[in-house]
Amino acid sequence: MNFELTLERQMMQDSLRRFLSDRYTTQVRNDLLDSDAGFSADIWAQLAELGILGALFAETQGGYGGAGFDLAVVFEELGRAGVVEPLLDSAILGGGLIAAQGSADQQKLVEQVIAGSLHLALAHGEPGSRYDLPHVETTASQQDDAVILNGCKAVVVNAEAAGYLIISAREYGAPRDEAGISLFLVPSDASGLSMRGYPLLAGGRAAEVVLDRVTLPVSARLGAAGAGYPALAERAAAASVALAAETLGAMETAMALTGDYLQVRQQFGRPIGAFQALQHRMADLLIELTQARSAVINAAGHLSAEPRLRDLHISAARNLVARVGRLVAEDSIQLHGGIAMTQDYALAHFAKRIVMAEHRFGDADYHLEQFIDLTAT
Amino acid sequence: MDLSFSAEEQTFRAELRLFLADKLPPEMADAVRLGRGLSKQDHQGWHAILNAQGWLAPNWPKEFGGCEWGAVQRHIFEEECARAHAPRIVPFGLSMLAPVLQKFGSKAQQDHYLPRILSGEDWWCQGYSEPGAGSDLASLTTKALRDGDHYVVNGQKTWTTLGQHANWIFCLVRTDPTVKQQAGISFLLIDMDSPGIEVRPIILLDGSDEVNEVWFSDVRVPVENLVGEENKGWTYAKYLLTHERTNIAGVGFSQAGLAAVKRLARSQQHRGRPLIENPHFAARVAQVEIDLMALSTTNLRIVSAAAKGQAPGVESSMLKVKGTQVRQEINDLARRAAGVYAMPFASEAVQGSNEAPIGPDGTAAVAAQYFNNRKLSIFGGSNEIQRNIIAKVKLGGGG
Ligand SMILES: Cc1cc2nc3c(=O)[nH]c(=O)nc-3n(C[C@H](O)[C@H](O)[C@H](O)COP(=O)(O)OP(=O)(O)OC[C@H]3O[C@@H](n4cnc5c(N)ncnc54)[C@H](O)[C@@H]3O)c2cc1C
Ligand SMILES: Cc1cc2nc3c(=O)[nH]c(=O)nc-3n(C[C@H](O)[C@H](O)[C@H](O)COP(=O)(O)OP(=O)(O)OC[C@H]3O[C@@H](n4cnc5c(N)ncnc54)[C@H](O)[C@@H]3O)c2cc1C
Repeated sequence: MNFELTLERQMMQDSLRRFLSDRYTTQVRNDLLDSDAGFSADIWAQLAELGILGALFAETQGGYGGAGFDLAVVFEELGRAGVVEPLLDSAILGGGLIAAQGSADQQKLVEQVIAGSLHLALAHGEPGSRYDLPHVETTASQQDDAVILNGCKAVVVNAEAAGYLIISAREYGAPRDEAGISLFLVPSDASGLSMRGYPLLAGGRAAEVVLDRVTLPVSARLGAAGAGYPALAERAAAASVALAAETLGAMETAMALTGDYLQVRQQFGRPIGAFQALQHRMADLLIELTQARSAVINAAGHLSAEPRLRDLHISAARNLVARVGRLVAEDSIQLHGGIAMTQDYALAHFAKRIVMAEHRFGDADYHLEQFIDLTAT
Repeated sequence: MDLSFSAEEQTFRAELRLFLADKLPPEMADAVRLGRGLSKQDHQGWHAILNAQGWLAPNWPKEFGGCEWGAVQRHIFEEECARAHAPRIVPFGLSMLAPVLQKFGSKAQQDHYLPRILSGEDWWCQGYSEPGAGSDLASLTTKALRDGDHYVVNGQKTWTTLGQHANWIFCLVRTDPTVKQQAGISFLLIDMDSPGIEVRPIILLDGSDEVNEVWFSDVRVPVENLVGEENKGWTYAKYLLTHERTNIAGVGFSQAGLAAVKRLARSQQHRGRPLIENPHFAARVAQVEIDLMALSTTNLRIVSAAAKGQAPGVESSMLKVKGTQVRQEINDLARRAAGVYAMPFASEAVQGSNEAPIGPDGTAAVAAQYFNNRKLSIFGGSNEIQRNIIAKVKLGGGG
């Protein structure tokens, strides 16, 4: 066993952390949250230049990373700085699906993603699907050499910025069948595709997407007809590693802010950190945070394992990190008192990132249930 | 022991339901149900409707125009109002300042201010906390120096809830800096239109603008605006705090919140079945409901004892801690129930426009409310401070 990061990953971690601590200040972030775009094109370009987007893809895909630990290192730093730029959507989900499933032609888009010149979004979840991954009611019907999509997609993060949407649709089978789901690469200006965009509570933007007889050439399919599910499940697992690691980083910052504040805030003639009631809360949080890091390591280390083993570790990590995340977010606010309730104080954003991460690709209960299903037999 | 409601109490509940069905404007109830912000006019409108019925001041003595209701009747009132999604009664004038004036104010102050609270002519806010004086309220430094028949006030209050709507603020100010902290504080009524007052909004983490900073520079306040005696303000402030905590358990709010969670969980699908049928989610809901049932009785027991003259001390601290835990847990359940639709930010712009909110009915504000209600365990004496009080009384130790 070796729990050290490789030299390359350490260097990437250092340079990303340095870049973000210089550039991604609370003021910059709060301005971004208020902006129409919801994130900074400038910072996006610089992240690409630093090679951070490339680190999320394997060498065979044109990158130089792509393993669970690459994702974990990058997203922990993004979480630590409270970054709202859509790396998860454009790179891990969108780029990752094209890289894994695309034809040679389609794969050329991955270069653009890595270069920072193309945004993507995964339009998969639907108003009635909640976190249930195989639940797809959007239909794809093939007529000669055209495919027609009809349906609605819910909370499609980064849809408005995306040049292409990767849309899941059912070619055959019942709404919850794994077989029968296809993925399509759809230009965001395709006729019949409309969206209603809105900001997200924890930063960034999303849209409700309506597909009304969106007509595509069959060449828009990503991979074989009806066989998209395994790739989706693999990318959902990768997204979960990223989200768990991001939450870990955000928790580190929340704890650091809280620890510092307990030293400086004086009440009753002493720093509030002198009260044992608060010291014990901090101690408990540190214990839980240590556990969360281990769970993230377990998940990252099993991202390329066979699906059952992979998903077992993913669900374990997401469940544990969701529980710890809620505790850290709530207690960090509580231990600060009123100041933490304000938008301007840095903690507010981290608390929101931590809690709202639970709403992507399954909350604590969803992953508990997955874990039970995977371990019961 | 008899846990049933008397015939009169049941009649009262029926009367209340009819009144609410008849008089509570549906758009107001919708706004409350969906967690949209209420305007000053909304609050004032609801107060006026209650006042016309004579029900605006459930806890005031009759001589001042109140209902003088007993514990059970107040409990029913709170339950039914919350159930109908009525706006809460804004507490600062009605349940905080009024009891202080009724007990310690001069006849002239009572005659002048109390009717204006009922009529809605005055909107009061609470000027206790300061940047440096939160839990340690007695360390406050806003000072009031006597100058002829005026006090001259300098300093800053903060966290002033709905101060942007207020035309009056009741403040704790330091009138004697030379004595022990608690001994040099006075209770002062200040006209918000006085020269030298500036109100600056504080935006909270859910984007709401319900609290403010209030700055005082050389604000001249007539001496007749002093409540009771100079330097006795701490006694009045503590008296007020026990009133601040009367509806602190928030049982009605929790009941309404839990009903909303169940509605949402019935409408949301999880793996092809209603979420409410999911054993993990159902267990969370049941757990809170069990706590809430006991809390409702705890609340009635304590409030009834208080009505018989046993001043609630440590018990109100217990109600505060458990009541806020239950409310916050319900906010968490609502967030969970909304699934991915907890993520959109229901800004006023979206909510206020004619566009339908994003996501299924009842999901738009759940995450914002979850974050906003973290305040419940911070204000009115934080839950840590309440635990210190409980421990001190029960163990005789310190905090
Ligand atoms: C089954 C068993 C096996 C043991 N084996 C060994 C052994 O092999 N060798 C050995 O040397 N000892 C052994 N011990 C003794 C053990 O180390 C002591 O029980 C322990 O140090 C606690 O001391 P105490 O029981 O006197 O409790 P106390 O120290 O009196 O503590 C009572 C309570 O007060 C709390 N408390 C005390 N101080 C503080 C503080 N500053 N802040 C907050 N809370 C505080 C404690 O956590 C505890 O809840 C054993 C004890 C048990 C029960
Ligand atoms: C939304 C909101 C609305 C408010 N509205 C009003 C209002 O209208 N008017 C008004 O006057 N005030 C208002 N307040 C202020 C509120 O009463 C204070 O926030 C509260 O008293 C806590 O003070 P603080 O925020 O300065 O936290 P601090 O007192 O600095 O506390 C920070 C942390 O230390 C803990 N702590 C402090 N002392 C101890 C101790 N001895 N032992 C253990 N733990 C301790 C606290 O529990 C908390 O966890 C409001 C606050 C909020 C958030």
